Amino acid sequence: MAATPRPAPPANLFPTAGVEPRGFWALAIAAAVVLLLALGAFHYLEEVGHVATGMGNEVVWGLPHVFAIFLIVTASGALNVASVSSVFGVKAYKPGAALSALLALALLVGGLMILVLDLGRPERLVVAATHYNFKSIFAWNMILYNGFLAIVAVYAVMSLERRWQKISAPVGVLAFVWRIILTTGTGSIFGFLIARPGYASAVIAPLFIALSLAWGMAVFILVKEAVCHWYGVPVSEEMRVRLRRLLGIFVATGLYLAAVHHLTNLYWARQTEFERFFLLDGGLYTVLFWGGFVLLGSVVPLLLTLLPRFNSPRALLWACWAVVEGAFAFLYSFIIAGQAFPMDLFPGYEVRSGFRDGVVAPYLPRLPEFLLGMGGVALAFLVALVAIRLFKVVPRDEMPAVEVK
Amino acid sequence: MIPVDESRRKFLGTTAAAAGALALGPGVMLYSYAEAKAGSGAGERTIRWGMLVDTTKCASGCTACVDACNTEHNIAPAKLPTDVQWIRKVELKDERTGAVHSMPVMCQHCAEPPCVDVCPTGASFKRADGIVMVDRHTCIGCRYCMMACPYKARSFVHEPTTNKSSVAPRGKGCVESCTMCVHRVDKGGTPACVEACSDAGHRAIIFGDLNDPNSEIAKRVKAATTTQLRADLRTDNGVRYQGL
Amino acid sequence: MAAPALAKPPVLDKAKGEKCVEETSVMRKRHMDFLKHQRDDTVHGGIRGAKHSLAGCVECHANARDGAVLGSSQHFCQGCHEYAAVKLDCFDCHTSHTKSAQASQKRGVPR
Ligand code: HEC
Ligand code: HEC
Ligand code: HEC
Repeated sequence: MAATPRPAPPANLFPTAGVEPRGFWALAIAAAVVLLLALGAFHYLEEVGHVATGMGNEVVWGLPHVFAIFLIVTASGALNVASVSSVFGVKAYKPGAALSALLALALLVGGLMILVLDLGRPERLVVAATHYNFKSIFAWNMILYNGFLAIVAVYAVMSLERRWQKISAPVGVLAFVWRIILTTGTGSIFGFLIARPGYASAVIAPLFIALSLAWGMAVFILVKEAVCHWYGVPVSEEMRVRLRRLLGIFVATGLYLAAVHHLTNLYWARQTEFERFFLLDGGLYTVLFWGGFVLLGSVVPLLLTLLPRFNSPRALLWACWAVVEGAFAFLYSFIIAGQAFPMDLFPGYEVRSGFRDGVVAPYLPRLPEFLLGMGGVALAFLVALVAIRLFKVVPRDEMPAVEVK
Repeated sequence: MIPVDESRRKFLGTTAAAAGALALGPGVMLYSYAEAKAGSGAGERTIRWGMLVDTTKCASGCTACVDACNTEHNIAPAKLPTDVQWIRKVELKDERTGAVHSMPVMCQHCAEPPCVDVCPTGASFKRADGIVMVDRHTCIGCRYCMMACPYKARSFVHEPTTNKSSVAPRGKGCVESCTMCVHRVDKGGTPACVEACSDAGHRAIIFGDLNDPNSEIAKRVKAATTTQLRADLRTDNGVRYQGL
Repeated sequence: MAAPALAKPPVLDKAKGEKCVEETSVMRKRHMDFLKHQRDDTVHGGIRGAKHSLAGCVECHANARDGAVLGSSQHFCQGCHEYAAVKLDCFDCHTSHTKSAQASQKRGVPR
C-alpha cells in the first residue's frame, strides 16, 4: 500500500481517491477467519445439535443472543449521527452521516446472522416468511429489521451521492422514527415476557433505547477515529467535544433508566425476590451488573466524558471502550439471569423437583456459541470495513481541524 | 406379489372407513362443533379438554404419570438440562404450616397461552378443543416460546434422535411439550398419565371436557376450590389443581 | 439433473396391495401435496389415520424384509428421491419403519 499523503483540507465532503487505509487486507482476512470459524461452529451444531452449547431447557437463550442483541441495539444507536444531521438539521454532523448509516447496516446484519445461525432449524427460515403470526413481537421485529435495512440503505446511498443529499432529509427522518420503533421492539422481546420477573417491565423498551444511544455512539466514535486515522483525515476537536458530551449524556440516561427499572421492581413485591438475587446474591450476574455495567460501563465513561480534566482524544477512546465492555456485561447479566432465576409457580411453598424447580438454572457458555457470537461481530466488522473502503466513507469534519495522533 | 398380511388388512380397513368412521370421532367433531357454533348455534357447546390434579391423592415419590408419559412419547428419563421432558413431579412444602404436597406439572394448556402469542411462525398453536401444542412442521427452533412459558413446560430437542416411534415423531431443532396425548384423545381415549395414575390406584388426575357441565371434571371444578398455577397471569389454564 | 448414474429410473420395492391411495399417476405427481395437506389436517384438526397419512404410506411401501422405506436406492421413498434429487426432512422425525418393524427391532434406526 502506498504511503499515505496528507490530504488537502476538506473542500468537499468526500475524500479524494488514492487514500489507502493501511492493513486493510490484514484486517479483512482476520475478520474472514473469525467468520469462517463461526460458520464451522454453525455446521457443527447442525450435526450434533445444541447439546454442544451450554444452553438448555431453562437457559434457552445464551451467549449468541448476548452478542446478537448487542449488535442489533447498537445498530440502532450507530444511526445517532445521521439522525442528528437530518432530523435536527445540525450541519456539523452531516459529514458523519454516511458512516453512521453504513455502520448501522453492518451491525444489524451481523446481529441477524447470529440469530439465524442459532435457530434449531435454520433451513426453515422461509417458513418464517410464509407463516406469520401478527401477535408475535418477534415476527414484528422481522418486519422492523428488514425495514430498517431497506430505509437505512437508501439513506446511506443518498448521503454518499452529493446530488441526493439535499433530498435525503425525509428519509433520514423516516430512519429516525424507524430506529426508535425498532429498539422499542427489541426491548419488548423481553419486556413482554410476563412470566419472568427479570424481564416483565414497561421500562425495558425505553431502557433499550437509551442504551442504544450510548452503545451506538461509543461504537461510532471508535470507528470514526479509526477510519480518520487510517485515511490520515484530521478529526475536528470541536466535533470530538460534541460527540464526547453526547456520549456522556446518553450513558447517564442509560444508567438512570436501568436504575428506574430495578427500583420499580423493588417496589413490586412479586419482583423483590428476583432483585435480591440479581443485585445481591447472583454471583457472576451481580458482579457483571455492578462491576461491569454500573462501574466500568457507566461511571468510568461518565467521569471520562464529563470531567474537563479528561478532555483528551485518548480518554474519549477509553470511554467508548468502557461503554462497549459495559454493554456486554449488562446484556449477559440481563439475558441470562432473567432465565436462570427460578420462576415462582408456587408462592409460599418450598419447591423440589427433578427439573430443578426452585433453584437457579445453570449456564456455562461453550466454545461453539462463543464462536457464533464472534462471527456476528466479525461479519459486522467485515461489512463495515469493505463498505468504508469501497465507497471511501470517511467523515471529513468541516470544522477547524486538529491532527489525530 | 407380497402376501397380504393381517396388519395390512386392518390398515386397509381403517383407511377405507376413514371418512365415515372418523366423522363420529371426536377429532372431526372439533370441526363440526366449530361450524355449528358459527351457524345456528342454539345451545351448542364447544369442547375444552382439561385435567384436574387432586394433590391430596397424588402420592409423594410416585412417578407413574411421568413414566407413562415417557413410554408413550418415546422419551428417555430426563437427567440433563438439555433432555426432553413433558411432565415432572414437584414436591411442595408449605413454608408456614409445613404441609407437604406432591403433584405433576406439565403444559397447563392455557386458554391465553403466552407461547402461542410470541411464536413468530404460528407453529405454537391452540387447537379448537383447547389443547396447546407445537406444529413441528413450522417450528424454526427459536425457543421464544420457552422464554414466554411461565411453567417451564417446554423442551427443545437438543440432539438428533435415533430411536423413532410413529406415535411421537421427534427430531433435532424443534420445541415440543405435552400434547395432552392428542393422538389418544382424538380417538376417544384419555392421556397416558391419567390412565397410569388410575392404574396405580391413585386416580389423582382426571381428564375431561371442562365445557361439558355433565362431565366429572366440570362438576368437580364447580364443587371444589381449584387452583390454577400462576393465576395472577390470567392465562386461564386447562390444568387445574385441587387441595393446594 | 445431469448425473449420468441416474439416467435409468430406479427399480423400487413393490408396495403391498393392488392400489395406492390415489391413482398411481396422480400419486407420482402429487403425493407431496396430499402429505402436506394431511399433515395440517392431523396436527391442527385432529383427523387421524386418514387416507393420506404418512404412517400409512410407510405401512404399504416398506421393504418386505426390513420393513423400511429408506435404506438403499431400492427402498421406496429413498430410491425415487435420490433419482429425482429431492431431499426430505420428514424422516428426521418420522419413523421410516412399519409398526411391526419398530416393534421387532427396538434399536437405532438409520435415516
Ligand atoms: C394401501 C397401500 C398403499 C398405501 C396406504 C399407499 N400406497 Fe402408494 N402405492 C401402492 C401401490 C400398490 C402402488 C403401485 C400401484 C401401481 O403399480 O400402479 C403405489 C404407488 C405409489 C406411487 C407411484 C410409484 C411409481 O412407481 O411411480 C407413489 C409415488 C406412491 N404410491 C406414494 C404413496 C404415498 C406418498 C402414500 C402415503 C400418502 C402412499 N403411496 C400410500 C399402495 C399404497
Ligand atoms: C421436527 C419433526 C418433524 C418433521 C421434520 C416432520 N414432521 Fe410430520 N409430524 C411431526 C409430529 C410430532 C407429528 C404428530 C403430531 C400429532 O400427533 O398431532 C407429525 C405428523 C405428521 C402427519 C400426520 C400423521 C401421519 O402419520 O399421517 C403427517 C402427514 C406428516 N407429519 C407429514 C410430514 C411430512 C410430509 C414431512 C416432511 C416434509 C414431515 N411430516 C416432517 C413431526 C415432524
Ligand atoms: C415415483 C417417484 C417418487 C416416489 C416413489 C416418492 N416420491 Fe416423493 N417426490 C418425488 C418427486 C419427483 C418430488 C419433488 C416434486 C417437486 O419438487 O415438485 C417429491 C417430493 C416429495 C415431498 C416434498 C418435498 C419437499 O421438500 O417439499 C415429500 C414430502 C415426499 N416426496 C414424500 C414422499 C414419501 C413419504 C414417499 C414414500 C412413501 C415418496 N415421496 C415417494 C418423487 C417420488
